[in-house]
Amino acid sequence: MSLLIKGGRVIDPASGRDEIGDVFVDKGRIAEKKGKAEETIDARGLVVAPGLIDLAARLREPGQEYKATLASEMDAAVAGGVTSLACPPDTHPPLDEPGLVDMLRRRAKALARARVYPVGALTVKLAGERLTEMSVLSEAGCVAFSQANVPITDTQVLWRALQYAATFGYPVWLRAEDKWLSREGVAHDGDMATRLGLAGIPAFTETIALATILQLVRATGARVHVCRLSSAAAVGMMREAKQQGLPVTCDVGIHYVHLSEMDLGYYDAHCRLDPPLRSQRDRDALASGLADGSIDCAVSDHAPVDEDQKQLPFAEAETGATGLELLLPLALKWGSARKLPLARTLARVTSDAARILGVQSGRIAPGAPADLVLFDPDEAWRVMPAALRSQGKNSPFLGYELAGRVRATIVAGNVVYERK
Amino acid sequence: MAANPQLNAHGELQHLLSIEGLPRGILEQILNTAESFVGVTEREVKKVPLMRGKSVFNLFFEPSTRTRTTFEIAAKRLSADVINLNIAVSSQTKGESLLDTVANLSAMQADVFVVRHASSGAPYLIARHVKPHEHVINAGDGRHAHPTQGLLDLYTIRHYKKDFGALTVAIVGDVLHSRVARSLIHGLTTLGAPEVRVIGPQTLIPAGVAALGVHVFHDMRAGLKGCDVVMMLRLQNERMAGPLLPSAQEFFMNYGLTAEKLALAKADAIVMHPGPMNRGVEIDSPVADGPHSVILPQVTFGIAVRMAVMSIVAGN
Repeated sequence: MSLLIKGGRVIDPASGRDEIGDVFVDKGRIAEKKGKAEETIDARGLVVAPGLIDLAARLREPGQEYKATLASEMDAAVAGGVTSLACPPDTHPPLDEPGLVDMLRRRAKALARARVYPVGALTVKLAGERLTEMSVLSEAGCVAFSQANVPITDTQVLWRALQYAATFGYPVWLRAEDKWLSREGVAHDGDMATRLGLAGIPAFTETIALATILQLVRATGARVHVCRLSSAAAVGMMREAKQQGLPVTCDVGIHYVHLSEMDLGYYDAHCRLDPPLRSQRDRDALASGLADGSIDCAVSDHAPVDEDQKQLPFAEAETGATGLELLLPLALKWGSARKLPLARTLARVTSDAARILGVQSGRIAPGAPADLVLFDPDEAWRVMPAALRSQGKNSPFLGYELAGRVRATIVAGNVVYERK
Repeated sequence: MAANPQLNAHGELQHLLSIEGLPRGILEQILNTAESFVGVTEREVKKVPLMRGKSVFNLFFEPSTRTRTTFEIAAKRLSADVINLNIAVSSQTKGESLLDTVANLSAMQADVFVVRHASSGAPYLIARHVKPHEHVINAGDGRHAHPTQGLLDLYTIRHYKKDFGALTVAIVGDVLHSRVARSLIHGLTTLGAPEVRVIGPQTLIPAGVAALGVHVFHDMRAGLKGCDVVMMLRLQNERMAGPLLPSAQEFFMNYGLTAEKLALAKADAIVMHPGPMNRGVEIDSPVADGPHSVILPQVTFGIAVRMAVMSIVAGN
């Protein structure tokens, strides 16, 4: 099937192309020449960009269907313009054996919406003790290995895991957090936690763990992607590590470039996130690190949580925010606040994420998969529970008006979402 | 940030959740009202009919004898009906959620909920979900706030020192875990006390506490110098030995209040403690029972202060 997307503002972040033009799609891929299209989409007034690539979206299957289902979250993904997503292994049970990975991929494929890339567990049950069968999991379709939000505390295990993964060139995605230091903590260890009487998580819980990870990368040569930076100091360490030529990349959750500990207000459980929202200085460093490339890409860190688990005292509330449908507008908000060209803004949620994921999508170039999003960057909408397709309505931005709304999403040349 | 959840549309006290964010006028209104009730508590018939027909639910999700009892006495002296619920051993253990518990009690026609909870912020959650005519009084939430304790401490200080404008106040011990300390700090800074100090080892002083307007001292002797008021905090048993402190004995050596250390404060300094005391851990018996101690008057004033708070919120 062929498709002509006509008259849109075509932005390809990878090449910097930003012009009014047409995009031709044939057999699921971007095609060079315009043949005769079987279908035409009028994209005048819309941006035509590569579909978003999200390196962290929890779909809650298997095991947590009361929070969300694959169907609800895959709907949310395409409604948010996300055409590829990596799903962390913190499902129940964790993605530590090939049957689970295979089932997830099949079920996702059958839904025919976004592409799903499972991230396998680095250790069995994420317990941080025994290595998983990484080669077997890799064959089953795992694109990387991770501990999700359950960092390994035994550094011997971490060292061996990185050695083993490096042997086969498997990427390892790690959160930098020293679980001993963050024990009991629920908020950034600063003025706000002191005022609210919440147990603190100091920024050094992140930098100490990050220092360990970087030393082990140096020793093992493992390709490590550091997930969800939260502090200014960690941004500086990553910048330096990259300058020294270490094979490391990193991301930030899109909420963290907008929010700080101040947004906890009077115990807003929607701001109970892992890692915690830190000071305004940290937030500013994350936002500028994402702009200058110290941070490679932004992710939604999508974590749908049911209402009951958020209607609790702050410390008892479950962590996480829904994000798939907010990634695009929050990225645009970040980019416009920093006066970045749209192509550079979009790069952080498309081509840069594609580079880390090691996929061909994320760009508009002949031969690339025809995964596209059409959106109006100026269309304002209010973040309300009813406006979200995700089963998780847990957002710190509930009630806010944001700009940038998806009109259509295309995966492999098929229109998988359309809003008239 | 959302509007102050404690105040109604007219800026009056709807709930008492924290001293932080309350205007000076409201604090003074509470202290003045309490003063008028001190007389009542000394009369032969210790009752006024201000809350006749109203129901006060004591919702204690965390065990407490002293605070619960003083709230109960205060409510009874206002002629309210008091229902004590020890939730720690009832519905929560059956898995009922906090908000379900409150909704059920609300259906039983409550007017005032007095809430104690181990989690900081729990009373805010409840206040967001009660009906407009219902009022929430925080009787201690996690490490966050214990506003009626803070108010009774302020009342005690005002009673003995008359004016906050020239006072130096030291708060000593486990500030990190103390809701009492936080409430007193906010009250003192709002009422204009010029010098508030916190004294303790680094392990028991929270990060960024200076932002609350206090000076941090690790040397108790230096911190006590020239103080008008010394507030000793209770050290919980589970903190006495472990990563925060080596032992109760060593804590006493460094931060226990003895007559010798108290001599560094002003000659007319008062010594306070929110109770229950650990004698020989944070305070030496001769000091606790000595002429500077106002620890028992604190308890008496506590009833008048709680009467004041309940009658004010119920009247708004």
